Amino acid sequence: MSTQQEQPQEPESQEAPEDPEMRGTESPQQERLKEKEQGLAQEEAVDESDVEGETVHLKVFRYDPEVEGKQEPRFDDFYVPFEKGMTVLDAVMYARDEFDSSLTFRHSCRQAVCGSDAFFVNGRQQLGCKTQISDLKQPVRIEPLPHQEVVKDLVVDMDHFYDQMHAVEPYFQQEELPDGDLEEQRQSRENREKVKMSTRCIWCAACMSSCNIAAGDNEYLGPAAINKAYRFAMDEREDEEIKEHRLRIVEQEHGVWRCQTQFSCTEVCPKDIPLTEHIQELKREAVKKNLKFW
Amino acid sequence: MYEHDVIVVGAGGAGLRAAIAAHEAGADTAIVSKLHPVRSHTGAAEGGINAALREGDDWELHAYDTMKGSDYLADAPAAETLAQDAPEETIQLEHWGMPFSREDDGRVSQRPFGGLSFPRTTYAGAETGHHLLHVMYEQVVKRGIQVYDEWYVMNLVTDDAADPNDRECHGVVAYDVQSGNVEGFKANNGVILATGGPGQAFDHTTNAVSCTGDGHAMAYRAGAPLEDMEFIQFHPTSLPSTGVLISEGVRGEGGILYNAKGERFMFEYGYANNSGELASRDVVARAELTEVNEGRGVNDEYVHLDMRHLGEERILDRLENILHLAEDFEGVDGLVEPMPVKPGQHYAMGGIDVDENGQTCISGLYAAGESACVSVHGGNRLGGNALPELIVFGKRAGRHAAGDDLGTAEIETGYGPDVEDETETELPVQPGSAGLDTAGGVAADGSGVATETDGLLERAVEAERARVDHLMDKDDGVQHAQIRAKLQKAMTDYVNVFRTDEGIRKALRVIRECREEYQNVYVDDPSRTFNTDLQQTYETRNLIDVAETIALGALVRNEFRGAHWRQENQERDDENWLKHTLISWEDGEPNIFYRPVILEGEKTYEPKERSY
Ligand SMILES: Cc1cc2nc3c(=O)[nH]c(=O)nc-3n(C[C@H](O)[C@H](O)[C@H](O)COP(=O)(O)OP(=O)(O)OC[C@H]3O[C@@H](n4cnc5c(N)ncnc54)[C@H](O)[C@@H]3O)c2cc1C
Ligand code: SF4
Ligand code: FES
Repeated sequence: MSTQQEQPQEPESQEAPEDPEMRGTESPQQERLKEKEQGLAQEEAVDESDVEGETVHLKVFRYDPEVEGKQEPRFDDFYVPFEKGMTVLDAVMYARDEFDSSLTFRHSCRQAVCGSDAFFVNGRQQLGCKTQISDLKQPVRIEPLPHQEVVKDLVVDMDHFYDQMHAVEPYFQQEELPDGDLEEQRQSRENREKVKMSTRCIWCAACMSSCNIAAGDNEYLGPAAINKAYRFAMDEREDEEIKEHRLRIVEQEHGVWRCQTQFSCTEVCPKDIPLTEHIQELKREAVKKNLKFW
Repeated sequence: MYEHDVIVVGAGGAGLRAAIAAHEAGADTAIVSKLHPVRSHTGAAEGGINAALREGDDWELHAYDTMKGSDYLADAPAAETLAQDAPEETIQLEHWGMPFSREDDGRVSQRPFGGLSFPRTTYAGAETGHHLLHVMYEQVVKRGIQVYDEWYVMNLVTDDAADPNDRECHGVVAYDVQSGNVEGFKANNGVILATGGPGQAFDHTTNAVSCTGDGHAMAYRAGAPLEDMEFIQFHPTSLPSTGVLISEGVRGEGGILYNAKGERFMFEYGYANNSGELASRDVVARAELTEVNEGRGVNDEYVHLDMRHLGEERILDRLENILHLAEDFEGVDGLVEPMPVKPGQHYAMGGIDVDENGQTCISGLYAAGESACVSVHGGNRLGGNALPELIVFGKRAGRHAAGDDLGTAEIETGYGPDVEDETETELPVQPGSAGLDTAGGVAADGSGVATETDGLLERAVEAERARVDHLMDKDDGVQHAQIRAKLQKAMTDYVNVFRTDEGIRKALRVIRECREEYQNVYVDDPSRTFNTDLQQTYETRNLIDVAETIALGALVRNEFRGAHWRQENQERDDENWLKHTLISWEDGEPNIFYRPVILEGEKTYEPKERSY
């Protein structure tokens, strides 16, 4: 018996986004063009002919508290052969595997879902794996996220970020559930749509690192944690009381009112979460609920 | 030393679910993970979770589809348990707040998936895995379960009773990546391995760089067999530079595959005259590789997937996320140029041999998730069947380890009376440690298994400390990256979608060389702080062991079943091969044996041709 038969039309897919949610209106190219027009593009893209078949010049931040010669932060130069499609993460991986195995950075998924590799690339917080070398001016300067303690090379201490995320009680708290094991809670499409963007956060800390307020006030919850609170506060499956509890958490002294709507978090978020908007909306909700002001 | 009742190694979907279940069953539970939980590769799953939730569907249909999809190499009690428990577990996620996509009436949406007789794939946009992972991590935070994150587990602590079936697991040895401290973790009740897939054994994979088969290798060296390791699923359309997956949706919408000469090779060369680009995953993957091997690949590496003719409007409407992926990860604009694609390793159906309670033949040692083989997927996994496996069997393992009574398992584990020894295949080289000098304990071998139970943990910790010192004190030799690259290349060249007796033998020889070179491995980075060089050197050792079992399994199984294709015998051979391949590590050598597949559970599953 043969199993090698051709199988007709298998719509099978791991990801098959037939989903209306997945449809957008603009291609990344169009979006990028628009961004550029608006002057948001971080810098001029290098003409590809400049780099194709050439080497990429990286300047990478180095620091190790233990190792002589690395205790004083310095920049190391690496020259990596360019390949079409190369990302910043590919480039540092190449440098590590071919030139210096002590070059240290976090990374895992290589596809912008694990949130490990937010670096400060040419002066902007971005995911290494989602940043094309061909879009960057050379030399490409790669540093750890600013405003976070450096552990080694590009690795920063994430504990503070995690503490802030945990501080907003980031878990569903609805106790009253439908009867019957197989009965789900109902949620309208509109409500799911409302929280959708906020649920996309990958905990990369790029936003926190870009935020001036967070840099000045260590206790400020920061955009990601506030967004996490938003994700629950706006979810209709939780009762009003829980929502009020959540609003109280974010409108504390180091909460939403600290935000001065500078939009830096929104600009760097690799998941395009409208962070500033979410923060503003929580402020409005808090006012509506007549909660105490700071 | 740290001490807990249950220690869960790994914090992907399977590990988190196991930890929550063990905690709920009253055990003092801790998670030890080399990545922070939210970084786990479960977050990359897009498509969905199969569960029979709706009228017109039932667990029997789901179990039937799973058995058929597995090409009759799944064990019926496993497939049935999956199908029976998936609905409750999926709704449990909803009760924990998972943002599933919704219908107009507010219920969770389901969609059709390949190989399913009912649209039962429950999903949350194109980010199902991300949400599943985050929702469960939230529950772990809520319960205050202790997480040791960025702790790398180096070895298991088991005694070395002569028969693995008499061994017991007492804990693990791990090191704190940030500080370099090596510590023991004592597990009073059990250790659950939930370390994910071994995709990094191949040089092109949709899996994360963290998917290095650590749990597989640790269990294997401790004496638990690895099962059906030859069954690896390859995905035909992944991006060449990163392995990022391009959805089958592109071909479903009418995307066309071209070779370098601009020929529509699926038809031109007769790979699939009827269904063309829509042929099944393995047929397309083999066609692509044939094109490249015969010199018609683009840059000798990949083929083109073109969707430009669909028109901008349709592309934007239906395949927008594909444009983003091609742009972000390959620097290609799918609206103006074709996208480069090639086959990539995607999923391992095999894994650590466990029963439906997650238990291995070593008492106190469990495995769940992609690192385990219950076996639910047999020869081939259906899309949307891995995520339910994580939650269903993660939970069972957690409960059982915590002491809950789940009844006697029907599936056997380990070497026992029901097995049959492999006697026919001659091996090209002696696999396993084969008497290599294990000085410094750094060989890819079984060293680290201690003798007496007294002070077992302490001695295991000392052994690992010595190994680290050895690796770090050594000033020259080979670096792991070199060995890893060589290993990955051999696996991709010879144990890929194309498998020939000759090729697999070549791979086994290269693996043997890698093992020999590994004798001389050293860690160049002198720092104890966040030494990823050290961690990766450990991982590479695990990859060698895992790759060897994949190649050995592929060599002995001379038939075509599920995802495993053999040139010499391109037929499914039910007469001889309705059995699992098991490989266990005995005194430094792999021992290969077989156990019959169980096709009878609550229902009976007659092998039928796998066509849809
Ligand atoms: C791109 C992609 C898409 C997919 N889509 C789907 C889909 O739509 N539906 C579906 O059902 N399946 C899908 N799958 C398969 C599924 O996602 C995986 O099989 C599953 O997520 C694996 O989960 P896990 O918990 O077993 O392992 P992982 O999520 O990989 O977690 C492994 C954990 O183990 C830890 N770990 C590993 N080694 C060590 C060590 N030595 N010490 C300490 N900790 C360690 C890691 O830190 C990590 O936390 C997809 C897979 C991929 C790659
Ligand atoms: S909100 Fe955006 S930038 Fe901030 S942590 Fe989440 S994904 Fe990263
Ligand atoms: S490596 Fe995972 S987000 Fe970049």
